[in-house]
Amino acid sequence: MSAAVKTCLVVDDSRVIRKIMRRILEDLGFEVAEAGDGLEALAWCRAAMPDVLLLDWRMPVMDGLDFVRRLRLEAGGGGGPKVILCSVENDLANIREALDAGADEYVMKPFDGDIVAAKLGLVGLAA
Amino acid sequence: MITQANREWIADLCATRAGLKVDPDKAYLIENRLAPVARRDGFGSLAEFVESLRQRGEERLVWAAVEAMAVSDTTFFREPGLIERLVGEVLPRLAAARPGAPIRIWSAACGAGQEVYSLAMALSEHPALAARTELFASDLSERSLEKAQAGLYSQLEVQRGLPARLLVRHFEKPGEMFALSAPIRQMVRWRRVNLVEDMSQLGVFDLVLCRGLIPALTEAGRARVLGSLTAALAPGGWLALGAGEDPPGWLEPEGSGLFTARASAVRSAA
Repeated sequence: MSAAVKTCLVVDDSRVIRKIMRRILEDLGFEVAEAGDGLEALAWCRAAMPDVLLLDWRMPVMDGLDFVRRLRLEAGGGGGPKVILCSVENDLANIREALDAGADEYVMKPFDGDIVAAKLGLVGLAA
Repeated sequence: MITQANREWIADLCATRAGLKVDPDKAYLIENRLAPVARRDGFGSLAEFVESLRQRGEERLVWAAVEAMAVSDTTFFREPGLIERLVGEVLPRLAAARPGAPIRIWSAACGAGQEVYSLAMALSEHPALAARTELFASDLSERSLEKAQAGLYSQLEVQRGLPARLLVRHFEKPGEMFALSAPIRQMVRWRRVNLVEDMSQLGVFDLVLCRGLIPALTEAGRARVLGSLTAALAPGGWLALGAGEDPPGWLEPEGSGLFTARASAVRSAA
């Protein structure tokens, strides 16, 4: 067991998705916070940087890609939290674009608990 | 849908033909696996299919049934760190120990090919090592082999264990399915192998992977399969099993399900 509880920020404009994600993450032992768009998420990160973000792509105000670019810019030099982009976009070009923008992993919706757990493992945050 | 007596007959058949342990009480599982086979072959019902197997015993259908019961679930990069360790440590050691000779690797019970392809993708980033390596994969099921060779995977399958970076590097998406690129697919040679039969013609291998099959076998099946797998190990070869699967005691444990056959131990056990 690691010493500190890992924190995850779920960023999605759908309350339903946030609720599903929260349940999955809490079952995996994460402490969960929620944000409804990229701008809200940015405010969260400036106040208390999570270990990992599960980030929707299409959102109002600031979308996931804009958010992750801003986040990487602010953190500088490849630092900052792990970012897993979650989207209904399932073309390889989209996934490539997300990785180029600074996402570490990518989940295609629909997802389930096993997929989320596996992706967290891939970014080095196995519960 | 299938009577208890018929389920017991199926269980016996699987044990005899392939060393498979099938629980005759699991009606749902048996029906789930066999119904598609019955449908494919134009039988009106599952009961009719099983009756025909028992009465006529047509080999092709008997094997279709056994293979359907044997199909297992596999994922890419199933054991975290294993592929990295093979490519980073085990294969370089084998390469150094036998300069000039090919490193022969066998993925036994390969299912839809995710394990051997995980290794192929990892190897593709080490061209010198890849050039020395020969990848073989086998399964009992012709249908699994066909799927593996085609290299077509669903969205669910590519999300289980496969890093997104490898997905975009090695796959294309011509339609709904994700298609593994030809250069990776062409690294692997395929063959149908029943691990409880005589396999001496397959030759010997420097690394044998068989992860997850052992618990699905009967007591006798386990002994046969482990005997075959270890007999196929070259002196100094490595065996990779799943978590909690133990090989004969003369193999040296190396952690993460890996075991080595010391040259002397192989000879004394033979």
